[in-house]
Amino acid sequence: MNFKAKLGGALLAAVLSTTALHGAFAADDTIKIGVLHSLSGTMAISETTLKDVMLMLVDQQNKKGGVLGKKLEAVVVDPASDWPLFAEKARQLVSQDKVAAVFGCWTSSSRKSVLPVFEELNSILFYPVQYEGEESSRNIFYTGAAPNQQAIPAVDYLAKEEGVKRWVLAGTDYVYPQTTNKILKAYLMSKGVAESDIMINYTPFGHSDWQTIVSDIKKFGSAGKKTAVVSTINGDANVPFYKELGNQGIKAEDIPVVAFSVGEEELAGLDTKPLVGHLAAWNYFQSVDADVNAEFIKEWKTFTKNEKRVTNDPMEAAYIGFNAWVKAVEAAGTTDTDKVLDSIIGVSVPNLSGGTSTVMPNHHITKPVLIGEIQADGQFEIVQETPAVVGDEWSDYLPDSKNLISDWRKPMSCGNFNVASGKCGGKGS
Amino acid sequence: MTRKIAFRLLQSLCILLCLTCSFSAPSLAQSGSDPKPLIDALAKADFSETEVLLGKLAATGDTRLVPALEAFNAGDLYFRKADSLVFIGEAAGSSYELIDPLTGASAGQAPKNAVTKIKINNTLRRAIRSALGGLTLLSPDRSVRLQAADALLRSPSPENLDLVETALAKESDAEVKARMEEARAVSLLPSDRSLDEKRAAIQTIKSLGGRNALGILNTVAGTIDPSLKPDLDAAVSAIQSEQQLWDMAQNVWYGLSLGSVLLLAGIGLAITFGVMGIINMAHGEMVMLGAYSTFVVQDVIRDHMPSLFNWSLAIALPVAFLVTGAVGFVIERGIIRFLYGRPLETLLATWGVSLILQQTIRSIFGPTNQEVGNPSWMSGSFPVGGMTITWNRMWIIVFSLTIFFALLALMKKSSYGLSMRAVTQNRRMASSMGIKTPWVDALTFALGSGIAGIAGVALSQIDNVSPNLGQSYIIDSFMVVVFGGVGNLWGTLVGALSLGVLNKFLEPSVGAVLGKILVLVLIILFIQKRPRGLFALKGRAVEA
Repeated sequence: MNFKAKLGGALLAAVLSTTALHGAFAADDTIKIGVLHSLSGTMAISETTLKDVMLMLVDQQNKKGGVLGKKLEAVVVDPASDWPLFAEKARQLVSQDKVAAVFGCWTSSSRKSVLPVFEELNSILFYPVQYEGEESSRNIFYTGAAPNQQAIPAVDYLAKEEGVKRWVLAGTDYVYPQTTNKILKAYLMSKGVAESDIMINYTPFGHSDWQTIVSDIKKFGSAGKKTAVVSTINGDANVPFYKELGNQGIKAEDIPVVAFSVGEEELAGLDTKPLVGHLAAWNYFQSVDADVNAEFIKEWKTFTKNEKRVTNDPMEAAYIGFNAWVKAVEAAGTTDTDKVLDSIIGVSVPNLSGGTSTVMPNHHITKPVLIGEIQADGQFEIVQETPAVVGDEWSDYLPDSKNLISDWRKPMSCGNFNVASGKCGGKGS
Repeated sequence: MTRKIAFRLLQSLCILLCLTCSFSAPSLAQSGSDPKPLIDALAKADFSETEVLLGKLAATGDTRLVPALEAFNAGDLYFRKADSLVFIGEAAGSSYELIDPLTGASAGQAPKNAVTKIKINNTLRRAIRSALGGLTLLSPDRSVRLQAADALLRSPSPENLDLVETALAKESDAEVKARMEEARAVSLLPSDRSLDEKRAAIQTIKSLGGRNALGILNTVAGTIDPSLKPDLDAAVSAIQSEQQLWDMAQNVWYGLSLGSVLLLAGIGLAITFGVMGIINMAHGEMVMLGAYSTFVVQDVIRDHMPSLFNWSLAIALPVAFLVTGAVGFVIERGIIRFLYGRPLETLLATWGVSLILQQTIRSIFGPTNQEVGNPSWMSGSFPVGGMTITWNRMWIIVFSLTIFFALLALMKKSSYGLSMRAVTQNRRMASSMGIKTPWVDALTFALGSGIAGIAGVALSQIDNVSPNLGQSYIIDSFMVVVFGGVGNLWGTLVGALSLGVLNKFLEPSVGAVLGKILVLVLIILFIQKRPRGLFALKGRAVEA
């Protein structure tokens, strides 16, 4: 009886394992990757583009022969701008669809929502949007800009080139603007700017009545010192903000606005003639003069069958993330998460501004910082380009995080190593 | 060997000669004879060198430079890669029409890759503004001189002083003269003129008033002679106290303007929800459809008859009304009429409709914002005392009041309005009197939707046109209608305007985020006290 039961169990296990093997064989001719971007709801406006880019990149890679001799297959899901749904969809992609890696998320809230899922199931997420930093996960690669790759160089540019002495930090009321503004305020004060010369202002999501705030900015700017606005205003609220600026006659020569969330896509819904000269800081602009960029733009317009489609910075970040993953998988010879995590560090791939970007041990990448001025045709003219900067995950300007570093190489393998205490752990663990 | 040395010598002599040539060219131009080499030097200069060159160009006083500088400011100045000569370029298909920067003569065409745009940044734009101001100060055209004086007023610099004084001596027009006096005063303060002159300048700036004057006075406050400090402080506080009054007025205006937007958003709902009692969650999408109608109308106009662009909004109004009215009619006949008397089901059904409409628009037009242009009469602003009033906000106030009164007249004076009121007050009685109540319902819902569509035309001018447009207005609309009193148009008007003003008075002190929350809390408290809103309907309808 006992033996029989054992035999039965062994048989059952054998049957199970062959079906499992069979399943593995069936999936063997393709490698699946997940695309986790909202295609409906408020964030669809930004994220749909990234889904299209991923499909284009997969298509191109397959034309080149795929990865490890297998075709790539993109599994697209729609988390509908709903943060808990992001976690659910991420779980579905990893455990049900068995994707090798996921490319997705836009807002920090959605990233925070999926982070535990990727750590629990040990899969990989490539996150392509500029963010506030103060995070480093073993399973996430941050291919967008950290604050030191966008915000701080922009502020430096204004202080040096435009002689700005007085700062308005205007943002939408959520985690990215608040953390960025906290870092910026600490940075400015470390440079000797008085607290009375910094005005911080928050508005709700989708704020559309900017009359009071624009006139407050004017008032703040009449104190006799050169004033600039640093805008972390997000998404749809930008269009009415810029319209109000234009209508109230705030010229870039008088009070320039530098934005971190306004790119070619956002300007597509605007008449930019009154905005010429206002600035944006990114790691890529469509107007970058490089052969690789011209090629990318051409392919993008062909792929979307739309001559008017523009390219933007998160698209470049997605491009870098995808190519880095492909290269790491080819170096590792497998899509196994642990092996890819080892092989991807140090991988260098071309970026669209004509240089290369390298994946660093802190899971951030190197990229140049570009400052551009808005032109009448909705494009940016690059007025400054820095050499490649390493993304700094833990800001050096916040007391909580200035002693933390992240290094996911063995033997450290730690996302929040405290150099003062010499221990792994602390804030953000 | 000797020949080789001689050759070398000759070579270096040549180089030396060339060098002196290129060095002497700008110095020659500085004497005022020919600005051409200065302009051509722009081709190879970086930003800071360009700034120096602009200063030299301005110093030539050569009015022939005006078109070139204007082109530079607009980003239309190019240099030819082959010979580094600078031209004004006008895009003509895939190539540029090159124009000589000084003579304005055509210099033929060049393909786009044969020329390079000369880059410009904000610092250079300021330098150009000041240079242009100086160069056009003596123009025979009165409005050009006025503009020039304005430009100098915005870029105070002691270097402008001589220029302005020369122009002042020749000026006869009173208004231009006054403006030039102000321009002289702002440039005089940072200069090394006598204290008496500066004291007079402070008075001139004080009477100029406004934010700009305040900025100018504050700029020099740190460096000015101590004996002038009391005058300066007095002037600053005088301007400030005047500005404070204007700020109040400005705030009221902002409040009315926000109120008019709320009124626009809510007025359609005042009919579908207020009069008919349908909890219409798809109301915001009607506003969105109106905005997209505007986009389509503008797109057609841009492609086929660009001359009509300034009329595009007027054309879009009836189109939006008909489109959204028709959609509303279909929704009422197709869905809502089966759900009268079942508010919860209506709420869910209309919410479903709103999602369907959003996704439909997203599939047709894409998820990104669409550009809806502002006609020229809706762009910019004009000053009223110390206030700035933007044209688009003013027209929206006028527009929303017009719609309100038109709707009021329709409800109170027309026979259709009479039957509509009869149906809402007592459906069975109205039916017995021979009124086709189902038709009245359908038409009323279509009217409410159509009005929401018209509101969308106006809102497309201040907000972005995307599939999410409606969602941002739906809560505000319900808030206005409930606060004003369900079923009462006047309540909607008063409710919208008072909420707008309240919001704008809270915003400066507590911020936009908290301001919005406080308004909601206040409304909740108010509804506790007066459940039927500001203007409650009395009579049998209420009990029904």
